Parts: sequence; structure tokens; C-alpha cells
Amino acid sequence: MVASGIPPLAAMLMSLIVFAGASMVASAQLLAQDTPALLVIVATLFINMRFMMYSASLRLHFAALPFRWRMLIAYLQADNVYGMTLARFADHPDDPHKLEYFLGAGVPIWVAWQLAVLVGIVIGAGVPPSWHLEFAAPLAFIAMTVPFLRERAMVAAALAAGATVVAGSALPLRLNLVLAAAAGITAGLLFEKKA
Amino acid sequence: MTIWLVIAGMAAVTYAERASFLLLPPGLDTPSWMRRALRYVPAAVLTAIWAPELLLQNQVLHLSLGNERLLAGAVAIGVAWRWRVTSLTIAAGLLALHLFDWMT
Repeated sequence: MVASGIPPLAAMLMSLIVFAGASMVASAQLLAQDTPALLVIVATLFINMRFMMYSASLRLHFAALPFRWRMLIAYLQADNVYGMTLARFADHPDDPHKLEYFLGAGVPIWVAWQLAVLVGIVIGAGVPPSWHLEFAAPLAFIAMTVPFLRERAMVAAALAAGATVVAGSALPLRLNLVLAAAAGITAGLLFEKKA
Repeated sequence: MTIWLVIAGMAAVTYAERASFLLLPPGLDTPSWMRRALRYVPAAVLTAIWAPELLLQNQVLHLSLGNERLLAGAVAIGVAWRWRVTSLTIAAGLLALHLFDWMT
């Protein structure tokens, strides 16, 4: 982000209060191209649309908690926190310590993320690209996805989402991610009926 | 100056999305069709996050045995399926990527 012209202090503040990696990278690119402020914010709205779905599905587990806790849960939402938490809740639907589990995933991930951003801002790109460490991210998401694929409908949802996201990769604003979610949900529901 | 406005705007829309359903009053029941639909969100969205990293190269579909990321991803899926240990899946996938990279 700093490499594309955002002042270091602004980059750190963005990480702290926006806390959403994909939209931060996208906004850095857009700002470097002199995109109007409003358009950058609209782009963020689309890129982070999936958080609404996370919010709706976390609500099924946390609706009864006091408002303040739900405010904190909303802030700590991230793809990996959501993936880990929902995988756990799928295995243990009646776990009495769901909040503790969520915080146990969310707080360390938040701290590690902020530290990593800080290090990135201070020292820049330090790891040689030949290590392929960037590939660890998709691998971690694979590890979170696979436990869900226990029934036909879930496999159908994953396949439909994967095909859609790839087919729509040329769309702007990461709209393919939103379409993929819709396709995945539809496929899941269809295969559920037939089974 | 603009940058601070952009950051404030981004933070506002992102938090609004994250908070949307979570902050509705607790008494509101989630309709049953929505409950059913929401079951598929993790599998669908998480797959949509990693699938392009395996299948696309420079934004183009790359389905061949020359695609090391696809092969390494397949290894990782197998390891995740069998052992369900995140660290093992990541290690196996990275190792496989380096191996396929070195072979080609």
C-alpha cells in the first residue's frame, strides 16, 4: 500500500479501522490511479459484501449476546476467523463457549494481522518471491473449506462458487465473489432438495 | 486530505456490512429459508477465495498439468481431506508447489 503512494500513517490507520485486506489493496491501486474518493468507497462496499453474509450467519450463533459483544464480533470478522469459527460450530453446534472460541480465533488473528501490516509498512517486501509464501493463504483457505464438504449439497455449493468466481474473474469490483456466493447457495439448495 | 476521507468512508461501509445482521434486535427470528441458505455460505465464499489462485494465471483459466499451483492445491485438498490439520495442509501444499516448480 505504501509502495503505491499512501502515507505510512494513513496505511496503518486504514488497517486498524477498516481491517479488510482485499479492499485495502484495491483502494491503494485505485487511489494510485487517481480514482475519485466516492468511487473508492463504493468499490470497498462491493468488495466487502461477503461480510454481510458472515454477519447473517454469525447472528444465528450470537444473537442473544449483549449489544456490545455483538459490536466487537462484527469488528473482528475476517475470512479466516469466520472460516475457523463456522467449521468449529458445524462440528459442535451446541458448544456453550462459542463466544470464547470466536474471540480465541479473532483476537490473535487481529493482533497478528496488525503486526504484519506494521512490519510491511516499516520494512516493505522482505521475503523473496521465490519462497512462494503467498501461496500459504489459499492453502489455509483450502484447509478451512474441506471440512465442510461432507454432503453432496455442500460439494455442489463449493463447485458452483469456484466455477462462477473463475468465470467472472474479469468483472470489476470483485463482483465475481458476490456472484459466486449466490451461485454456491443456489446450487446447495438445489442439491439438497433432490437428495 | 482526501485520503483521510476515503479511509473514514471505507471504515464506515465495511463496519456497516459486518454489523448489519449481527446488530439487529435479538428477538428477530431468522426465517427458515434464510437459515437453509446461510448453511452454504462458508463452503461457497471460502472456495471462491482460493479457487482463482489455483485455476487462473494472469486472469486466464489454466487447466493443465503444467499448472503447478493447481497440482499443489490438489495435493493440499487431499491432505486436508485425510487429516484435517491446517498446518499440515499448508506445509504439504507449499512443499508440493516447490517440488512441481523444481520438476518443470
